[in-house]
Amino acid sequence: MASAVTFHDVSKRFGRFTALDRVGLTVEENTICGLLGRNGAGKTTAMQILTGQITASSGQVHVFGADPYENEELLTRVCFVTESQRYPDGYRVRHVLRAASWLYPNWDGDYVGSLLEDFGLPLNCPVKKLSRGMRSWLGVVVGLAARAPLTVFDEPYLGLDAVARQLFYDRLLADYVAHPRTVLLSTHLIDEVSDLVEQVVLLDSGQVLIDEAADTLRRRAVTVTGSAAAVEEFTRGHVRLHSEQVGSLARVTVEALGEAEHAGARALGLNLESVSLQQLMVRTTARRATPASAVGADATTKETR
Amino acid sequence: MRHRQPGARPARAGGRRVIEDGRPIFVQIAEQIESSILDRSVAEEEQVPSTNELAAFHRINPATAAKGINQLVADGILYKKRGIGMFVAAGARARIQDRRREHFARLYVDPLLVEARKLGFGNEEIKLMIDRYGEA
Repeated sequence: MASAVTFHDVSKRFGRFTALDRVGLTVEENTICGLLGRNGAGKTTAMQILTGQITASSGQVHVFGADPYENEELLTRVCFVTESQRYPDGYRVRHVLRAASWLYPNWDGDYVGSLLEDFGLPLNCPVKKLSRGMRSWLGVVVGLAARAPLTVFDEPYLGLDAVARQLFYDRLLADYVAHPRTVLLSTHLIDEVSDLVEQVVLLDSGQVLIDEAADTLRRRAVTVTGSAAAVEEFTRGHVRLHSEQVGSLARVTVEALGEAEHAGARALGLNLESVSLQQLMVRTTARRATPASAVGADATTKETR
Repeated sequence: MRHRQPGARPARAGGRRVIEDGRPIFVQIAEQIESSILDRSVAEEEQVPSTNELAAFHRINPATAAKGINQLVADGILYKKRGIGMFVAAGARARIQDRRREHFARLYVDPLLVEARKLGFGNEEIKLMIDRYGEA
């Protein structure tokens, strides 16, 4: 499989702040990749670099094998939908759509109609007057109808309620099936997209903490609940990610178990639960939680290296 | 097929999916198809939903659905008719039944006995209970 996006040893510094720190990652063509991380982890910076909006301080970035920066031909194949998208003054919904139709060669005008209807988005409404949710949906419409070989959504759900977000996931999945392409999606709502994405990349303080197939991650940890003695016996020899106990009831999160161990747990009367992607991220990133001052100091040492 | 209802799909308690015990989604997809063959809601030589249909229905990545289907193909449960779709192989039901019988004791009898011990039931009492259920 060819890769759509590759980062090789990419760093981005803003003054003394290191937004991306020697990031290496590959997104295969025609897959959906979830880019996760806490606020300030570097998700947006990474997306801005790969869509050619800013340059990396060091390292190599390739999109479909080419450097995206000031690469006009390449950028018609890349659609970047960002939550903070700005539109020219006086632009109405139809202006945005017309501009997008000129920009993207695969633009599907018929599909736009059905997407607008989904949300009751009025064509003649000035973009400025749209509600937060409607503006987000306008971004979704552009992102989907552009059918760009690389579509990048940077937290596209702001202001969208649960129903509208589900609608977005459904439309994305259906259109992805009909028109396979590479989709990169950054989000905080990890569990909502965990079944949708094939690859999960977790950024933390500008570094890649996890880069794995979603299916592998799902098996990575299991929470065992039951009587403390049984849990203790069962989890001995496993890597324990987290334990808590109340009275004689214990709950321990351990790294992946095999089929046979699952059965063994059931025979012991223990309860097994999968650890949601969201919890796994919390467990993985919370440990690295550092105050802002410490992060700044860290960035300085790296720069002087 | 006996799928979960679409409305029941986001049934998650505290961020955990209710039906899942940490097994990969593709395994669960494969098991659901097997179950529908086992309970005869899909007959042998009948067509099963496509990868894309499964993906849309379960709201999962098509690659995940494909992995489930491919596992069933490798196990000889499904076979592909080029340009038409996936079909249930002859003898698939018996094969699934054999395999599940092997796991029956481990999956159902073991936990039953664990709970029974806690409640102070002896084997004789349990046997009686099962007999009584059979009559009802």
